[in-house]
Amino acid sequence: MPAFTPPPLPSDDKRWKIVNGTMRKNGFARYALIETLHTVQSAFGYLDDDSIRFVARSLRVPLSQAYGVVTFYHYFSLKPPGKHTMTICTGTACYIKGTDKLVAAAEKRLAIPQGQTTADGKISLMTARCVGACGRAPVVLTDGELVGQMTGEQMLEQLERWAVE
Amino acid sequence: MNIEELEQIAESVRAENAKFDYEINVCMGTGCLSQHSDKLKDELVKEAEKQGKNAFIRRTGCMGLCAAGPLVLVDPEEILYQHVKASDAAAVAASLGAEPVAALQCDLREHFDQQVHVVLENSGHIDPERIDDYIAHDGYQALVKALTEMEPNDVIKQITESGLRGRGGGGYPTGLKWGTVAKAGGDLKYVICNGDEGDPGAFMDRSVLESDPQRVLEGMAIAAYAVGASKGYVYVRAEYPLAVARLTNCLRDARRRGLLGNNICNTPFNFDVEIRLGAGAFVCGEETALIASIEGKRGTPKPRPPYPAVSGLWGKPTLINNVETFANIAPIIRKGGKWFASVGTEKSKGTKVFAITGKITNTGLVEVPMGMTLRQIIEGIGGGVPDGHKFKAVQTGGPSGGCIPDEHLDLQVSYESLIQAGSMMGSGGMIVMDDTSCMVNVARFFVEFCMTESCGKCIPCRAGTAQMFTLLSRICAGTGTMDDLDLLVDLCGTIKETSLCGLGMTAPNPVLSTLRYFKNEYIDHIVHKRCPAGVCNIEAPVEVLA
Repeated sequence: MPAFTPPPLPSDDKRWKIVNGTMRKNGFARYALIETLHTVQSAFGYLDDDSIRFVARSLRVPLSQAYGVVTFYHYFSLKPPGKHTMTICTGTACYIKGTDKLVAAAEKRLAIPQGQTTADGKISLMTARCVGACGRAPVVLTDGELVGQMTGEQMLEQLERWAVE
Repeated sequence: MNIEELEQIAESVRAENAKFDYEINVCMGTGCLSQHSDKLKDELVKEAEKQGKNAFIRRTGCMGLCAAGPLVLVDPEEILYQHVKASDAAAVAASLGAEPVAALQCDLREHFDQQVHVVLENSGHIDPERIDDYIAHDGYQALVKALTEMEPNDVIKQITESGLRGRGGGGYPTGLKWGTVAKAGGDLKYVICNGDEGDPGAFMDRSVLESDPQRVLEGMAIAAYAVGASKGYVYVRAEYPLAVARLTNCLRDARRRGLLGNNICNTPFNFDVEIRLGAGAFVCGEETALIASIEGKRGTPKPRPPYPAVSGLWGKPTLINNVETFANIAPIIRKGGKWFASVGTEKSKGTKVFAITGKITNTGLVEVPMGMTLRQIIEGIGGGVPDGHKFKAVQTGGPSGGCIPDEHLDLQVSYESLIQAGSMMGSGGMIVMDDTSCMVNVARFFVEFCMTESCGKCIPCRAGTAQMFTLLSRICAGTGTMDDLDLLVDLCGTIKETSLCGLGMTAPNPVLSTLRYFKNEYIDHIVHKRCPAGVCNIEAPVEVLA
């Protein structure tokens, strides 16, 4: 069998080199699929068709399997995130402290259901299944930064600041 | 590396620390960091210098009382300050050698004095990113002792004698598991540390990995020596970025010190560890699903047997233990299995770390000996329910566990007693609920969780949890009937008996336990069309599943 040559990088975007680096580090082994997808998501913010195809071809994983993995794990996103992201934790401790009201208030303010991004692409509203900061419940992540003991007013103020940026 | 060299490192750290009159420990776990304890630390360094105080400011891991953060511990006086802001740095620095800052002082003797710290012995005392700090606190002595003085079988004997059982929730005897992997044939074996703490409301593993990561690595290395493995993986949730970062540094430092890699301690023993990130799937806490995920596949469980101990990662014998289990190993080897077995109850030995959250005064992490009663933990250490509300139930075991009411609070905590009460130990989440929580809604919350987290491989779990959710939603909306209740009980039995893995088998527990202790609440919803706690919106239309 001829030696395997990985496909060329999809473009000269430097981020592909980082993605390729992860695969090379793992000898282009199939088990590196999830790790590589993590790298793609942290570099590009989400996983689009081109990136999934590129990773699948490079690792010689059937496209169906790659897509299966992407859609199985909640952490991977197929849509680009908004400029800002409000992630509301809906773990048990946060639920007991009334996080459902936070979700409802945010959905009402942004007029989108959780898991979506506003039409202007400014704000994404996400929920998380426990970020492990239960001691500070209810917890939200504003652009990845953890804020504990969140109140409805505080959260709406933050959304307001983002909306008028 | 040998014992003498470890002693030398420890000695130099102690000598370094002795140069200072005071030590100020600043908690930099996720909880306190979210309140900018990093800035506080910088301020303290500046202030101490400005005021000419000879103090060492140390970054530490979690001190336990997350709700009172940021926490600062001043040694040698052992004064604990709570809610310390960066602007308080001057006052704290000024208090060194003078009167403590009364306004910030946290006096919770009862909270700390009743705890027994084994797993958390270094948490809040050492810098988690300095391996030498760990070594100065007896770190890696157990590994060196095991490698240079003990045969692999002796190690397993000590673990068996200790009576340690899996801390991930299952409670399988650790020594027995190690013995099975050790006996399995083949040259290639793996050790996996399960840090996929998916149970919502639990953060023991995150805290241990953030506060004392070297301890987990040492436990893994000892395990690898005992079972004959040379490669290890730590599987951590991607949602725990700080734990991942600290672990990464930790691996680098351990390699530099020759405590990971080839010919550790000049013996033929080779061992190295890699980190694998989870990607947000609760089911990956199940060992066969976790293995599939490390292999780069969808995290779906496989029927057992074969158990991973015989055929695990890439078909090789694999030892999987939880973070907290590995964190218990070094002290057992250092002090002996008998010492460990002297703590706890007849069948549940040692201590257990619990994350107490919900409607409780002292929210955070505690470690108590097995056999302590729930009342002692909740009312004593936890400080009881705040704001004059009445305690209703404590939920243990996460989505696999159940709710335990007031009349069972004198239950002694052990693997068996919690199962008898209709719940389970689980990984250690303890969520306290008061009279503002509706137990039917709580059951619905957990069932919804299991429904969305079901991997979809077996029908009882995939379809069953969805049906349970529909029934519970109907009851919560006030449109349920008593027939629905019978159907629900019937369904619970089917799912429990026929699901493939632990997720499905235990998914009905929250429903069954609330039905056992709070059936009147179900009846209130169905017959009287009211929610006693005022949580459920009875007028709302039934949620229809897409």
